[in-house]
Amino acid sequence: MSTATETIEDLVKTEYKYGFVTDVETESTPPGLSEETIRHISAKKNEPAWLTDWRIKAFRHWQTMPEPTWQFVKYPPIDFQAISYFSQPKPQANAPKSLDEVDPKLLETYEKLGIPLRERGRLAGVAVDAIFDSVSVGTTYREELAKKGIIFCSFSEAVHNHPDLVKKYLGSVVPYTDNYYAALNSAVFTDGSFCYIPKGVKCPMELSTYFRINAAKSGQFERTLIVADDGAQVSYLEGCTAPMRDENQLHAAVVELVTHNDAQIKYSTVQNWYPGDENGVGGIYNFVTKRGLCKGKNSRITWTQVETGSAITWKYPSCILLGEGSKGEFYSVAVVNNMQQADTGTKMIHIGKNTKSTIISKGISAGRGQNSYRGLVEIRKSATNSRNFSQCDSMLIGAKCGAHTFPYIEVKNTSSSVEHEASTSKIGEDQIFYCNARGIATQDAVNMIVNGFCKEVFKELPMEFAVEAQKLLGVSLEGSVG
Amino acid sequence: MSKQPILEIKNLSAGVEGKQILKGVSLTINAGEVHAVMGPNGSGKSTLAAVLAGRDGYDITGGEVLYNGKDLLDLDPEERAREGVFLAFQYPVEIPGVNSTYFLKAALNEVRKHKGEQELDAIEFLALVKDKMKLLELKDDLLKRSVNEGFSGGEKKRAEIFQMAILEPKLAILDETDSGLDIDALKVVSNGVNKLKRADNAQLVITHYQRLLNYIVPDFVHVLVDGHVVKSGGKELALELEAKGYDWILKREVASV
Repeated sequence: MSTATETIEDLVKTEYKYGFVTDVETESTPPGLSEETIRHISAKKNEPAWLTDWRIKAFRHWQTMPEPTWQFVKYPPIDFQAISYFSQPKPQANAPKSLDEVDPKLLETYEKLGIPLRERGRLAGVAVDAIFDSVSVGTTYREELAKKGIIFCSFSEAVHNHPDLVKKYLGSVVPYTDNYYAALNSAVFTDGSFCYIPKGVKCPMELSTYFRINAAKSGQFERTLIVADDGAQVSYLEGCTAPMRDENQLHAAVVELVTHNDAQIKYSTVQNWYPGDENGVGGIYNFVTKRGLCKGKNSRITWTQVETGSAITWKYPSCILLGEGSKGEFYSVAVVNNMQQADTGTKMIHIGKNTKSTIISKGISAGRGQNSYRGLVEIRKSATNSRNFSQCDSMLIGAKCGAHTFPYIEVKNTSSSVEHEASTSKIGEDQIFYCNARGIATQDAVNMIVNGFCKEVFKELPMEFAVEAQKLLGVSLEGSVG
Repeated sequence: MSKQPILEIKNLSAGVEGKQILKGVSLTINAGEVHAVMGPNGSGKSTLAAVLAGRDGYDITGGEVLYNGKDLLDLDPEERAREGVFLAFQYPVEIPGVNSTYFLKAALNEVRKHKGEQELDAIEFLALVKDKMKLLELKDDLLKRSVNEGFSGGEKKRAEIFQMAILEPKLAILDETDSGLDIDALKVVSNGVNKLKRADNAQLVITHYQRLLNYIVPDFVHVLVDGHVVKSGGKELALELEAKGYDWILKREVASV
């Protein structure tokens, strides 16, 4: 019979289900980053001059910026000249007009990932934009959405078909000067999803983007922009996977959300990038800037994230609560196993009167993983009668992992209130034995206990993804207790 | 018809971190019987329960335990549970966020799968729950809450016996189920246990005090002192102990050496 300590520390290999590589011919720019690279990308995409100029400005600004070092994660210096900034499946001379023209291998890839793009097998009630390396390979249900005036397409298409909207909102929430990786993204971003919900329209289905990195030595730099006009509502999901490779790959995305008066955006992420192996070799660096602007009165932005993948996760989906009475919410589950690291949390910037924010963060650390919650709650002088509630709970599985909490709170008026609760618990031998004594095997017991711990976050996810997220959590922690 | 043994403990010795706690315990429990193990603090009562249920961290240094003729100690704790061994915990564990009904359904379905029976779906399970609730005068909001979370001492013990009612074990081990119960709760819990007694199952009641045995009447009483069963007898032994205290046994023990 094994002893208690062995039981909890006996780490075995986790199989990453999505680690396959799709064998398609790709066309990649040679590694390297210069103004020429950027002009090349822009020309490839046949972009208008204003966008090329914007990219160049961003690039020049990026060159003046030092790489940030304040985060609680460790990685060797990134050689930005060794990355290929544009990679797309061939042939792409004429973009496929419908999904029937898309390379069957790509469709197969998404089938395998459980994201059927073909008419027949489509996810019921979920419209999907599929991004493969640097380009969008297809968007489903767009005609149906168009009937309601909803625009849901790849970013590249939006640049051509809806230039006014893109020009108006691009960089309006995350300017290219914002931070190092946002500046880099602004210079080299290749594609992403664009979504506009017109006044008074409640989007009839879930919108979703599925990101897949396939090519080696490439990075993925996509940009998502979602605008909900007055009274509009939308629920948006993103999913991510990548092949298993020994090298680290950089994913530096920017997501911007804007809600006008009484509008709502619910943005959910199930992030399952390849986490690297149990020795920390390979895996995705997930350095992402996500921010929402509650521009209008009584508008609302909800971020829900389930982060189980990536070698390093470093991001803070945030809300700027500008509109009076607006609401920002952040629900997060971040899991690190083996050698994974995460430094994640949120920023809630209260500017408007009577604004409210809620933060529920659940960090789970197993193996030798390091998990940090970092969050800022800033209540400005103008944000009278505002409220924040934060709850940050950490769970440790085993004795070699770590959990850290870095809350920053700034309150500049006297009529507002801020509450912060934090807890750290160890998954108990007692809890596991109790489940065992009721016939439940150890791995199932861990899943059950961890899922219970994350319940408050999972209930914020759209139904079918909540189920997905629970399964994902089970897979991520497989072998964390033997 | 000869009696069918459910549990045979033969000369069992066990300890923790090199310290011997059970020093050769022997005990046979037949189908349809209720046995009580009594003893002062530190006599090894809870160790006996833990070893039978398969808790980690105990070293078995001698003897064997047969359950329905099979080597019990060779099984993982979850396998023992699926085979019909149930431990009612002295300190039931809280599992925040895990719904009690969900937990119990998972547990029952493990047992059913093991027996080759079909798993119950949510509707069938709820019907079963409703039926068994009456047995323990349980408030149904308890089952809507997380496993044992924020339960009072009495609620926790009632919930344990409720689990027992659902799982219908062949061998139920009640570890100090009376601790922390007031007299009313004690009656309800005991009543529940009594109703679960059948000709084909057995109960092992571990307790420090005799008072529980006023309600759960044992067929046999064993007195455990310093890791040995020093005396066995009928239910009247419990009363004698109550009247004379453990010192009486301890003195007799010393005298007989």
